[in-house]
Amino acid sequence: MRLVEPVVELGRGLWRTLNSMFEKPVTIQYPEEKRPVRPRFRGRHVLKRYENGLEKCIGCALCAAACPADAIFVEAAENTDENRFSPGERYASTYEINMLRCIYCGYCEDACPTEAIVLGDNYELSFTSRSQAIYPKEMLLEPVPDTASLTPRKVEPGKYNRSVPEMKDSQD
Amino acid sequence: MDWITWLIWVIKAFILIMGLLIGFAYLTLYERRALARIQTRIGPNRAGPQGLLQPIADAVKLIFKEELTPAKADKLIFFLAPIITMVPSLIIAAVIPWGTSVKMFGREITLYMADINVGVLYLMAIASIAVYGIVLAGWSSNNKYAMLGGLRSTAQMISYELALGLSFVTVILLADSMRMLDIVEAQRSLWFVFIQPVGALIFLTATLAEVNRAPFDMPEAEQELTAGYHSEYSGMKFALFFMAEYQKMIVISAIAATVFFGGFLGPFVDKYPALGPLYMFLKVVILLFGMIWVRATWPRIRYDRLMALGWKVLLPLALAVVFITAAGILLTQEFGPAFMWFIPVVSLLAGLVAVAMVDRTLRRKYYATR
Repeated sequence: MRLVEPVVELGRGLWRTLNSMFEKPVTIQYPEEKRPVRPRFRGRHVLKRYENGLEKCIGCALCAAACPADAIFVEAAENTDENRFSPGERYASTYEINMLRCIYCGYCEDACPTEAIVLGDNYELSFTSRSQAIYPKEMLLEPVPDTASLTPRKVEPGKYNRSVPEMKDSQD
Repeated sequence: MDWITWLIWVIKAFILIMGLLIGFAYLTLYERRALARIQTRIGPNRAGPQGLLQPIADAVKLIFKEELTPAKADKLIFFLAPIITMVPSLIIAAVIPWGTSVKMFGREITLYMADINVGVLYLMAIASIAVYGIVLAGWSSNNKYAMLGGLRSTAQMISYELALGLSFVTVILLADSMRMLDIVEAQRSLWFVFIQPVGALIFLTATLAEVNRAPFDMPEAEQELTAGYHSEYSGMKFALFFMAEYQKMIVISAIAATVFFGGFLGPFVDKYPALGPLYMFLKVVILLFGMIWVRATWPRIRYDRLMALGWKVLLPLALAVVFITAAGILLTQEFGPAFMWFIPVVSLLAGLVAVAMVDRTLRRKYYATR
């Protein structure tokens, strides 16, 4: 016969929940207050540029081939030294990602030979129509700090022949 | 009986019903905020300052939702059931005294709607009517989950009604009256919760079951019965059930405050009778917090254990408590008021035995394998 013990146990439960009332809430008040994303977070895609402003993307469409959701559409065109977008022979004249199809698996990142496409930190994607969900190249490209590094631009001939750069190990 | 008396009645009824309706709306917010704090969240705080407009947003949403009636439902009963559930929870408040009387505009205005000499009986009778609404809702929906929810609800409410009624009997014995005002007045020196703590505990437990609150929220166990008896209800009809549940919470807290926690009594209430409603309000808010706290803490009891607790523990315990109270009153009459200690001490002992019984009931498996 346990007489007092069950009452004490019930009371202990009540005491625990009462105590938790005076703890600091774990809630993050989202639109005003944002938690920083994790280092390997996979958010909206960004098309990267080299330090000199040339686009990394060479329009090879390997990302489109790797994409399991068939969300990426790439069309390539020829670079010339007068009108250069990216190093090497070709660049992506059309680069579109359908954000409604994308599953943020990151296979495009893995497939990219120049590390041009990277899944960034932005997770605040919202659209009011389906056509808005297709992000064109202008929206995906990394912005440039000054107009001098804009693409396309005229470069000295023979300098940017190599389309795939020397690769380093991933930093994170 | 001039027309002003009638006018005062109408105004008092209006204030009481509006108070309950607004109280329902803000009780939902109170519960959500309190639960959130217990779970170390913040809770709804977006609509208006501190989320104070959240109930209005909820009400607008519920009103504008589509109302569905199942094709093979019994239309008339399906329509009536929410009303049958809702109305008792409003009219039950009529006999609860919120104070004695205040002088206003040269008239003595009593702070209660009706002062009938069988107030407790009225409470019991009206509280039981709500069961009809629930079982009819379950039956008329033509849905097996709703039906099961309704049946469970009826079984549970009827089981706990007995313990509830017997705990009322202890109060009637102590106050020597069924009038709510007399019961409050009898607690002037000492609240009944101190004279009869076990009776108060039985009352609070049974009312939790009566208003279908956790840990006795069997009729609407989401995991088992979808939503229980109101599975098929939507829009305003669902809102009526929702309202009925929360208004019953308020009303039952007010009853508990009246019969066990001294009602409108408090410091200086004789000098300023207008303090009565304030004290009552505070006690109701504290009791409501108790209900929310219990919901946040304890898990739902399994159905057979619920029944076992009601019939095998609470009912015998309530009978014992009634017997002890009566014996204690006889002893005080015979040997003087010093024997008042008999009631709390012996009923607490009986309560401890009952606790051992609950323990045994809830650990049936352990006993079965021994």
